[in-house]
Amino acid sequence: MSLRVGIDLVSVAQVEDSIAAHGERYLSRVFSEEELSDSRGRPERLAARFAAKEAAMKALGRGDEGFGWKSIEVKRADNGQPTLHLRGEAARLAQRRGVESFTVSLTHEHGHAAAVVLMETTHEHNIE
Amino acid sequence: MNTTLNDEIRQVLSDHARLPVNAASLDEHADLFQAGMSSHASVNVMLALEDVFDVEFPDAMLRRSVFESITAIAGAISELRRQAA
Repeated sequence: MSLRVGIDLVSVAQVEDSIAAHGERYLSRVFSEEELSDSRGRPERLAARFAAKEAAMKALGRGDEGFGWKSIEVKRADNGQPTLHLRGEAARLAQRRGVESFTVSLTHEHGHAAAVVLMETTHEHNIE
Repeated sequence: MNTTLNDEIRQVLSDHARLPVNAASLDEHADLFQAGMSSHASVNVMLALEDVFDVEFPDAMLRRSVFESITAIAGAISELRRQAA
């Protein structure tokens, strides 16, 4: 077993600026329906979810694979804990990396949101 | 080299990439991520490019290499325009 970690920090003001500049196009391109619903329009929650997507990409060691931000989705488990769900090319990359599980943690404070993703793989992988 | 296209891309970068350097003086081959473009800023760059050039980036083109330089972006815009023609 091997562990990899990814971390990302996002400015909440930049998410607000993106909503102001691009509105629905920004929201629908980056966030799933469930993420938008869970965030209830609060930019700090959206910023934390964006950070989680980027943290997951770092943990995965994304190279030049092409996939959209909605390929990595943050959901809420019944106990309120955030969980990560991958689809499409992101899921295939995780499969190639031998990913067994993801753990994600979100936080926001003073205008910034951050996420840490811990990735457990079944075997050692050389990530170029 | 398409100077007009590159100039329009520079304007998009100036407006949306939040670079700590002047986009107007950026080398067309300079790595934009190395120059300070965050992943979140790259979303805004992509959406602004779609607005300005009336194109849509499919998920398969949402790759680091597509947005890493002015030259790379110009190549992607040209490709999308060819596909739409």
